[in-house]
Amino acid sequence: MIRVRGINKSFRVARRKAGLSRAVKALFSREQERVQALKDISFDIAGGEMVGYIGPNGAGKSTTIKVLCGILTPDSGTCEIMGRVPWKERLAHVRDIGVVFGQRSQLWWDVPVDDSFELIRDIYRVDKALYQATRDELVALLGLEEILMTPARSLSLGQRMRCELAASLLHRPRLLFLDEPTIGLDAVSKLAVRQFIKRMNLQEGTTVILTTHDMQDIEALAQRIILIGRGRILLDGGLEALKRHSGDRKILTFEYRGEKPGLCPGMELVSSQEGRLVVRLDQKRLSTAQALAHIIPQVELIDLATASPSAEEMVAALYQEYSI
Amino acid sequence: MTLYFKYLALHLKAQMQYKMSFALTVLGQILVSFTTLLGLWFMMTRFHSVAGFTLPQVLLCFAVMLMAFSLAECFGRGFDLFPRMIANGEFDRALVRPRGLVFQVMASQMELTRIGRLVQAVAVLIYALPRAGVLWGPDRVLTLVLMILCGCLLFFCLFVVYAAFSFFTLEGLEFMNIFTDGGREFGRYPFSIYGKEALRLLTWFVPLALVQYYPLLYLLGRETSPFYMLSPLLALLFAGPAWLLWRFGLSRYKSTGS
Amino acid sequence: MRAYAAIFRMKFTGGLQYRAAALAGLATQFAWGFMEILAFMAFHRANPAAFPMSLSQTVSYIWLQQAFLALFMTWFFDRDIFDAILSGAIAYELARPADLYGRWFCQSAASRLSRAVLRCFPVLIIACMLPGPFGLKAPESLAQLGLFFLSMGLSLVVVVSFSMLIYISAFHTLSPVGVRIMAAVAADFLAGGTVPLPFFPAGFRQVAELLPFAAMQNMPLRIYIGHITGADALLGLGLQSFWALALIIWGRALMKRALGRVVVQGG
Repeated sequence: MIRVRGINKSFRVARRKAGLSRAVKALFSREQERVQALKDISFDIAGGEMVGYIGPNGAGKSTTIKVLCGILTPDSGTCEIMGRVPWKERLAHVRDIGVVFGQRSQLWWDVPVDDSFELIRDIYRVDKALYQATRDELVALLGLEEILMTPARSLSLGQRMRCELAASLLHRPRLLFLDEPTIGLDAVSKLAVRQFIKRMNLQEGTTVILTTHDMQDIEALAQRIILIGRGRILLDGGLEALKRHSGDRKILTFEYRGEKPGLCPGMELVSSQEGRLVVRLDQKRLSTAQALAHIIPQVELIDLATASPSAEEMVAALYQEYSI
Repeated sequence: MTLYFKYLALHLKAQMQYKMSFALTVLGQILVSFTTLLGLWFMMTRFHSVAGFTLPQVLLCFAVMLMAFSLAECFGRGFDLFPRMIANGEFDRALVRPRGLVFQVMASQMELTRIGRLVQAVAVLIYALPRAGVLWGPDRVLTLVLMILCGCLLFFCLFVVYAAFSFFTLEGLEFMNIFTDGGREFGRYPFSIYGKEALRLLTWFVPLALVQYYPLLYLLGRETSPFYMLSPLLALLFAGPAWLLWRFGLSRYKSTGS
Repeated sequence: MRAYAAIFRMKFTGGLQYRAAALAGLATQFAWGFMEILAFMAFHRANPAAFPMSLSQTVSYIWLQQAFLALFMTWFFDRDIFDAILSGAIAYELARPADLYGRWFCQSAASRLSRAVLRCFPVLIIACMLPGPFGLKAPESLAQLGLFFLSMGLSLVVVVSFSMLIYISAFHTLSPVGVRIMAAVAADFLAGGTVPLPFFPAGFRQVAELLPFAAMQNMPLRIYIGHITGADALLGLGLQSFWALALIIWGRALMKRALGRVVVQGG
């Protein structure tokens, strides 16, 4: 469904400096930098896949999404989505995709949500009967019955996001881009959103590309993860591959009385408070037994816990490893 | 198209929720053009005529330009506010919708408060027409209609040019105001009063004089050649460069992002 | 005092950021100024006797108007202040040491001054260099120049204190954009922004000269061009001072009342 080969994209960015004298200088000259946002990006995504696209801020996630949506033209490389080049056949391509930008709403602010839906139906020229069926289904799945007649400005963030999701699927696109869909939502809404996305993917076969910072989204949804850092793809594989990559790490939590113990190589400090020490253990260098043997004699141990790193920690470790 | 009317209905619904604010904004806008009118009246009552034009004739100019501008704003406000659309990401959303971009920009803003100034312009027009010394016939009526319609389209194209510039920079767009707001404000007097060079600029560079001054001469019977009557149509040629600039700006936006 | 200076510097630096905007703004002002002058010249050709001041005085008036537009314009509003009022972030503002009226006054004054300083020099320099009838002329005497500066200072105070009234009106929720525009536009017209006050018909002129708006751009500009001199100028300065004081006192009283209500109602 999606074929991406060797996409490159760079931007010219103006640098502005702080302070009064520099601002005056800036009146007469402008410094510019060239930033390579995407470097040789390639991947394939088959129909019906659910992909988590992760990376730190500024890594190139939004740039990639913009290229795939057809909003941005890359400097070089090819991309084919459902047989079309996104930036060359905008109208046809866009008809088949749905996009949710987490921070920016596509709903009209002052009119009932249903009116926004109707307008979207007219924009996409959806057949009336099909629209009714789709809309009713989405409303039922996302629990929107009571808020359908409320203007968007009166909705809570969680309600608005659910409406956004519905709005992006009214025309039954085969491909859905979700840019930070759970940002700022409360726990209940997050669960509802995740459940819904999963259902869309499994039952309707909608291909979903999800960018997020929320690792729980990743754990709940993504079968496949693409990690991007400084414009390059660093990792492309399933959650299992990710675990294997950083699975040799273990988190040890010590609760103790006494002075803070010293660490030894193979241990990495995660956090240290009064009487509580958390370390990340690289099991390739140091076994658990050896780590315990190092710490325990230094303190009066009250409690001990071990855990496998969460997706969050795995990704953080990856960022560190790739120095992004 | 019916979709345009659906957008209109939605804008209406949204704006009608703030009736008080709507009414006050209309009044505010009317007051703005009223002060221009008052200033014009002060000057004309003091001087009685300027460059061979009397008060009713100047009022005719003022009314035609205000009407053309207000009409253009009714349809083209989206272009006038286009920098905002880029800055808040609304244009990216438009790029992801299967509809023409010019249409979507037009549909994004429909400020119905602009109708107030339109009504005001009509009122001034009705006052000035019988007093301006025009011998009415079908050709004169056509001239007036062309002045207003082509003037509207010209202002619309100027809005498009303004929006196209905002693809390149979000600063320094202020300059375009000279032709949009300026065209309306300076157009309160016949463009000939500003001298030969100004008139030439406004004939060949931004053809505002083609929709105001030359047809005015025909209306007042000072010129009889049909060329003067039809000169507003020539102003429509401006749409060419305006369209090209928009396309160029769009392709640049797509290659550099926001 | 240091707090005020810091605010001033921040606003000033902010204003310097935009180079292209500055150039375009300059070009725009020259275009407007030129067109206005050309229009006045056409009126002069039509009937020079009907001019209440000489053509060269009128030309100087227009260039000064453009040069100091940032100081005089009544329709410019600081969004931060409105946002603070409307969003209820007022609570944070009240927690800070400097008094609110004083702080907003300085903020407004600083924005205007920074913009004006940036813009006025290029405009004045170029306008002075323009040939013949288009040029900005220097004032007759140093005394006149001195009176001009005093009058400018006073007019800044009047303009800012007037805009403070508009900010304060936002505390009453029935103050949407339309009302602000109307107040600003009326003020600008009566200050001579559309047509200089001397060009007003007799009756209108007398009334306008007594209003606080005449204390805005009208007074200093007419002092500069020599239309108001000597004793009249001193009288004018007195009138400006009166209005400045009156508007500030009124503004502080209104703000006190509005804030009092905010505290009681909890914002």
